[in-house]
Amino acid sequence: MTETAEMAVPATGMAGAAMWLVLLPLIGTAIMLIGGRRLDRTGHLVGLLMVVAAFVLGLLMFLSHPASGEGTSIMDSNLFSWMPVEQLQVEFGLRIDPLSLTFVLLITGVGALIHIYSIGYMHHDPDRRKFFAYLNLFVASMLLLVLGNSFVTLYAGWEGVGLASYLLIGFWSDRPSAATAAKKAFIMNRVGDVGLALAIFLMFKEMGTTSFDGVFSQIGAVAEQSPGTVTAIALLLLLGACGKSGQVPLQAWLPDAMEGPTPVSALIHAATMVTAGVYLIARCSPIFNLTADGQLVVTIIGAVTLLVGCIAGCAKDDIKKVLAYSTVSQIGYMFLAVGLGAGVYALGILHLLTHGFFKAGLFLGAGSVMHGMNDDVDMRRYGGLWRKMPITFATFTFGYLALIGFPFLSGFYSKDPIIEAAFAAGGTKGWLLGGAALLGAGLTAFYMTRLMYMTFFGKARHEELRSADGREYHPHESPASMTVPMVILALGSIFAGFFLTQGERLAGWLSPSVGEFSEPHPEIVSATAVTVGTLVMIALGVVIAWLFVGRKPVPVQRPSDVSWVIRLARAEVGGDVINETLFATPGIKLTNSLVVAEEKAVDRVMTGFGTGLAALSARLRRTQTGYVRSYALSMLGGSLIVVLALLVVRFA
Amino acid sequence: MNPDYYLILSALLFGIGAVGVLVRRNAIVVFMCVELMLNAVNLSFVTFSRINGNLDGVVMAFFVMVVAAAEVVVGLAIIMSIFRSRRSASIDDANLLKY
Repeated sequence: MTETAEMAVPATGMAGAAMWLVLLPLIGTAIMLIGGRRLDRTGHLVGLLMVVAAFVLGLLMFLSHPASGEGTSIMDSNLFSWMPVEQLQVEFGLRIDPLSLTFVLLITGVGALIHIYSIGYMHHDPDRRKFFAYLNLFVASMLLLVLGNSFVTLYAGWEGVGLASYLLIGFWSDRPSAATAAKKAFIMNRVGDVGLALAIFLMFKEMGTTSFDGVFSQIGAVAEQSPGTVTAIALLLLLGACGKSGQVPLQAWLPDAMEGPTPVSALIHAATMVTAGVYLIARCSPIFNLTADGQLVVTIIGAVTLLVGCIAGCAKDDIKKVLAYSTVSQIGYMFLAVGLGAGVYALGILHLLTHGFFKAGLFLGAGSVMHGMNDDVDMRRYGGLWRKMPITFATFTFGYLALIGFPFLSGFYSKDPIIEAAFAAGGTKGWLLGGAALLGAGLTAFYMTRLMYMTFFGKARHEELRSADGREYHPHESPASMTVPMVILALGSIFAGFFLTQGERLAGWLSPSVGEFSEPHPEIVSATAVTVGTLVMIALGVVIAWLFVGRKPVPVQRPSDVSWVIRLARAEVGGDVINETLFATPGIKLTNSLVVAEEKAVDRVMTGFGTGLAALSARLRRTQTGYVRSYALSMLGGSLIVVLALLVVRFA
Repeated sequence: MNPDYYLILSALLFGIGAVGVLVRRNAIVVFMCVELMLNAVNLSFVTFSRINGNLDGVVMAFFVMVVAAAEVVVGLAIIMSIFRSRRSASIDDANLLKY
C-alpha cells in the first residue's frame, strides 16, 4: 500500500496556469449574468468561448505534463491561504496530476461539445443566455472539484456543482415538475454532502489537516492505531459519493433530474457531475486501500446499484429516464471497479471516460429526437424515426452499441475488464459480484435494444397522434450545431476505448495518482470465459428484447395489466417508496407534531404569561384612585418605612 | 428648659398636620396642614441647632421658610383656579387624574 504516498511538488511551467482553468468559465458566468438582457444575442458565444479556451489550456497543460515515472507528475499550485485559523490552516491550492488532468480534458472537452449543441437546442429559449451562464458556472465548479488539492477546496467545487445542477434542473422553473425535481436533487445531494463534510471533520480531528498530501501521508499511521476511524472516514466519503453519483440508497433524484434541458442531462447528469463520486473514491485511494470493509461496501453498493438501475431502466417509457437509469447502473459498474481495490482503479476511470463519450452522445441523440418530436419524451409515441433522422440514428446506434459492450467499441474495452475484475475478487464474493455485473450487461442490452426498437424502428406511431398541445408531429433532422457534436461523440464512442487501452495507455498514465495497474486474473473462471459469457449475455438481452418488443406492435397506451416483475421495475425497485416510507412520511409527521406542540405548549405558555401580566396590572391600576389623600397616605407610609429602616440599621 | 419638650411639640404638630392632610377635604385646610407640618420640621431643626450648638439647623429652617413661601404662592394660585373652574374647593372633586 505504499505506491500512492508520492508527495506533490510545486507546479511549474504550464501547470502554473491551472487557476485560469477555473477562472475562465467563472468570468464567463459573471459576464453573462451581470451583462443582463443586453447580452441575449451574444451571451452564448461568450460561454462557448470560455469553455473552449479552458479546453485549449487544459490540452496544453496535458501535452506539457511530465510523463509519469519522473517523480514530478503530481504538482500542487498553492494560490493563497484560505482559512488561517489557529490549527486550521486551509490553503487554496490546485493539484495538477494525471487524474485531475484526465478529468479536466473530459469536462472541458465534452463541455465544449455540449455548449455547441446547446446553441442549437436552446435556440428558441428566451433565457438562453442564463442557461449558458449556469453551464459555465457548472464547468467552473466541476473543474474546481477535480483540481482542488485539499478536501475543503474539493468540497467548495462539490457544492458548486450541486448549485449549478439545481439551477439547471429547475431551469424551466414555470413547470412544477421541474421545480420539484430540482428540490429533490438538491435535498438528496445534501444528505450525501453531510457525509462528505463529516468525513472532512473527522480527518481534521484525527490528522489536523485537510490537504491531500497531509491526509494521505498520515492516514497510514491512523490506520495502525484505530482501523475503525479509517473505515468511518471511508464510509462517510462513500455516502458523499453516493449522493452525488446517484447510487443506492440515494439514487432516486437522478431520473427526476431529467426534467432539466437535455444538454444538462448529457453534461451534468451523465458525463461529468455524477461521476464525481467515482473521482472522489479514486482520489482517496490511499484511504480506501487501507480499509477492506470500506472497499467491500463500495463494491456491494456498485453491484446493487447496477442491477437496480438496469431493472428500472427496462420498464421506463420516457426515453430520458431510460438513459438516466442506464447512467445509474453504469456508474454502479464504476463504483464496482474502484471498490475492487488497489490494482483496478484505472478501470473505473476508463469506464468513466468511455461512458462520458457514449452516454453524452446518447443523451444528445435523445435531445435531437425530442427536438424533432415537439419535445415529447414518451417512446411509445415514437417509432420508425431512423428514416427521418439519419444522422441522429447513426450516432445513436454507435452510442448504443458502445453502451451494451459490442465488441471493439469503447464500452467493450471498459466494461469487460470490470466484469473480469469482479470475478477476480475470488470465492463467493467473486461469483456474486461477477454474476451481478454479468447479469447487468445482459439487462443493459435488453433495455437499450428496447429503446432502439421503440424509437427508431417499427411502425411510425407518431403519424396518427397529436402532441399534447394539439400539433402534428413532423420529425426532422436537427441543425448542424446539434449533429456535429453528436458525430464527434459517436467517434469517441467507437475509438476511445481502443485508444485508451492500447498498451495500457490510460492505466500507465494514471499510475502516479491511483497506483500501479495490475491486470485482473480471475481464478474461478478464465478471462476468456468471462468475455464469452458477457457476449452471450449481451446477445441474449438483444434477442429477448426483440422477442418481447421488436416483433410485436408497440401499444401507444402503457399496458396496465402486467406481471409483478414489470410493476416492480416501474416502481423503480421501490426507490421512491422507500424514501417516502422511511424518511418523507416520518419527517412530515414529526414536523406536524412539532407544529402542534408549538401551538399547544410553547404558544400557550407565552400567551398565558402575557395575559397574566395584563390581569395583574389591571388590578394594580386600581390603586390610582385620583384622591389626593390616598396618595398622601402612601407617601406617609413610605416615609415611615424609610425612617424605620434607617432606625433599624442605626441601632441594630 | 429641657429641649426634649420642643421636640415633643414638634412631633405633635407634625402628627396633627399629617392627620389634617389625610382627613380634611377643604383644599385650604389641607394646605394649612401642610404648612403646619413644615413648621413642625422647622421647630425640630431649630431645636437640634440649639442642642448641638451650631447654626446649620437654623440656616436650614430659613431655607424651608423661603421654599414654603414660594410654594404658598403657587399652591394658592392653583387652589384659586380650581375653585373658579368648579365652584368648589373640595380636593375629592378634583379626582380626574386616575386610572
